Amino acid sequence: MTDQITTDPTKPAQRMRAGSMTITIGPWIVAAIALMAMPYIFTSNSALTIMNQMWITVVFALAYNMLLGQGGMLSFGHAVYAGVGGFACMHIMNMSDLFAAMPLPVLPIFGGLFGMGLAMIVGAFSTRSAGTVFAMISLGVGELIAACSVIIVAFFGGEEGISGDRTYAMPFFGNEFLQQIDVYYLTSFWVLVSAVLMYLWSRTPVGRMANAVRDNPERAEFLGYSARWVRFYSFVASGFFAGVAGGLFAINYEILTEENLNTASSGVILLVTFLGGVGFFFGPIIGAIAFTLLQTVLSLQTELWAFYAGTLFVATVMFFPGGLAGLLMMHVPAFKLGKANLLVVPYIKTLIPAAIGVFGLCALVEMVFHFRHAATGDDEMTVFWMTFDSHTIMPWIIAVVVTAVGFGIMRMTAPAMKEAWNAANTAGGKS
Amino acid sequence: MELILVNLIDGLVTGLLLFMLSAGLTLIFSMMGVLNFAHASFYMLGAYFAYQISIALGFWMGLLLAPLIVGVIGAGVERYGLRRVHQYGHVPELIFTFGLALLIEELVQFIWGKNQMPYSVPEVLDFTAFSIAGNSIPAFKIFMIFISIAIFIGLLFILTKTRVGMIIQAALSYPRTVEALGHNVPLIFMGVFGVGTALAGVAGVIAGPVLGTFPGMAFVLGSIVFVTIVIGGLGSLWGALVASLLIGWITTFAKSYNIAMSDILNGIGIATPENLGDSALRDLWTVTSPQIADILPYILMVLILIFRPAGLFGKRES
Repeated sequence: MTDQITTDPTKPAQRMRAGSMTITIGPWIVAAIALMAMPYIFTSNSALTIMNQMWITVVFALAYNMLLGQGGMLSFGHAVYAGVGGFACMHIMNMSDLFAAMPLPVLPIFGGLFGMGLAMIVGAFSTRSAGTVFAMISLGVGELIAACSVIIVAFFGGEEGISGDRTYAMPFFGNEFLQQIDVYYLTSFWVLVSAVLMYLWSRTPVGRMANAVRDNPERAEFLGYSARWVRFYSFVASGFFAGVAGGLFAINYEILTEENLNTASSGVILLVTFLGGVGFFFGPIIGAIAFTLLQTVLSLQTELWAFYAGTLFVATVMFFPGGLAGLLMMHVPAFKLGKANLLVVPYIKTLIPAAIGVFGLCALVEMVFHFRHAATGDDEMTVFWMTFDSHTIMPWIIAVVVTAVGFGIMRMTAPAMKEAWNAANTAGGKS
Repeated sequence: MELILVNLIDGLVTGLLLFMLSAGLTLIFSMMGVLNFAHASFYMLGAYFAYQISIALGFWMGLLLAPLIVGVIGAGVERYGLRRVHQYGHVPELIFTFGLALLIEELVQFIWGKNQMPYSVPEVLDFTAFSIAGNSIPAFKIFMIFISIAIFIGLLFILTKTRVGMIIQAALSYPRTVEALGHNVPLIFMGVFGVGTALAGVAGVIAGPVLGTFPGMAFVLGSIVFVTIVIGGLGSLWGALVASLLIGWITTFAKSYNIAMSDILNGIGIATPENLGDSALRDLWTVTSPQIADILPYILMVLILIFRPAGLFGKRES
């Protein structure tokens, strides 16, 4: 009988439990150094703006993933908690007496507290069940608060939103946050702190129970945990960090409008999180970085970037429900077997033609769009740094041929890639 | 008194339009347990297709063909998209339909552009049916009412009186048993999904000329439709009807009667504060009913969810 009770520290599951609150420090130190070094690598002002936006999205996406990935709750109105946190921070910024006695880096805490407060009110009735009902309530409450923003002018500032000035804060070691770079370091600090805290949260018993309730609420109830309260705690914690993200937004942009609350913003954060992958803690981080880059870089190149993002999203849901992080982690077994090198050549053979095919398809889409919507007489268009007349037949033939050849080669080499994949994931044999 | 009658008709039109959307949505929900987020997008597709067809073949062919095309697209989405995602569970299904809604909106903008389409009421119906105390009621509204009621009766008849309806109802509750009896349940699901989206398409065809055919039309109505079926009770056809009419009338009446919050508060004995401009609650005092008409459904939904989580006619919570 004693065998069953004794824990064996060599077994992975028990090892994890025994050291659940200690974390590997390595990745965090790397992250901290990377955050500090980034401004020296990308020195331009626009890069700083993009990075600020990226880190804020990272905090928000991680907070969102506390619900979606770890708690299994799909929210369609999570922008509300970030938005309300941001609005609260903005009001604190405008209370000159209070704000003059407060160093700026403390401000996101208040954003977090307000987000948390709202999450406590809403969570009191919305966390009763997960799944569809929760999603519907979150959507309804989100719409309600977003619609209120034009009615309750005193708090939300109506159509034009409210704005403030972060430089009125008490100087923080002589720093008044006049420069973008100062804000960058403030944001980076908060990103790191929130990410560590959220990671630690996922390791606490309540964080673990959130996973249990996500997978099997009935069984969790039999173990003596109230599924509802476990959901409530996750929801409130997620509201706090969403509020922190809102506070960072307020500091960075110094203006908040109805746009920060509406369903479109909630949809974007769902997209970001799912694209990155909900199954792993670092998934939303990848998602936020990838999406922000996609948004800023692609939107400069084409009007249709939202169309591409939507396509990518639907494709992710249909074919890679693990998201980018899931795709990456799929390769871990191959690496552990030491057979990852088997994959390199088949990948090159299949993925490069596939990429060419996708580019050809994008060119076709752009040409159709140009053909339909450009002003009459404006026949010139530029796709992939080539300028041509979209009303002649030649470019169309080239684009179709490129697409067909790309996808054709992909189809031909795909079976070989699949075989290589199977070989790389099978233990034994020659490596 | 006359104004009440006019508002009743207007509210009825809005409510029945909502019902045509929510009926399909609630059927699909009770069948697959998934809320189709893209439902209102199919409504939008219906309007756009009907517009495109009406240019070539006239309004009536549009009314006939557009819902068919939408239904086929819906069935295709179920067959090749939703069925694939189904294996991952309900939450990815919901996310899939959400992504689909985004994609359809982008697609519509891609094909037709961002401007409103000049899709208008056919000339045959472009006259005043009758007028009540100077308020003229266009014939197209009466036409909308008749179409919606006909569809409701048809749906009720098929579901409760025919053999097909019986099998559908059985498949909703006990899909495995029905499958064991030799019926092709996936095909039934696909059919119901197609019919549900086709209903949304019909709603789009007849609402397009009145409410405007533009890329945001799905978004405007989309969330209200969800609110409707949550209020009515998920999966309940009668609930969807009652909730649609309720929302239709509430919003119409709130918009046409200008009731100020200060009057209500004064009426129940709370005096207006002296310096209203400085008060933190000044927005509460100056709120009028047309202002909040659009958020009344959401307030109603939150109240329903707090006090009766299963909805008005719902039997189960999830």
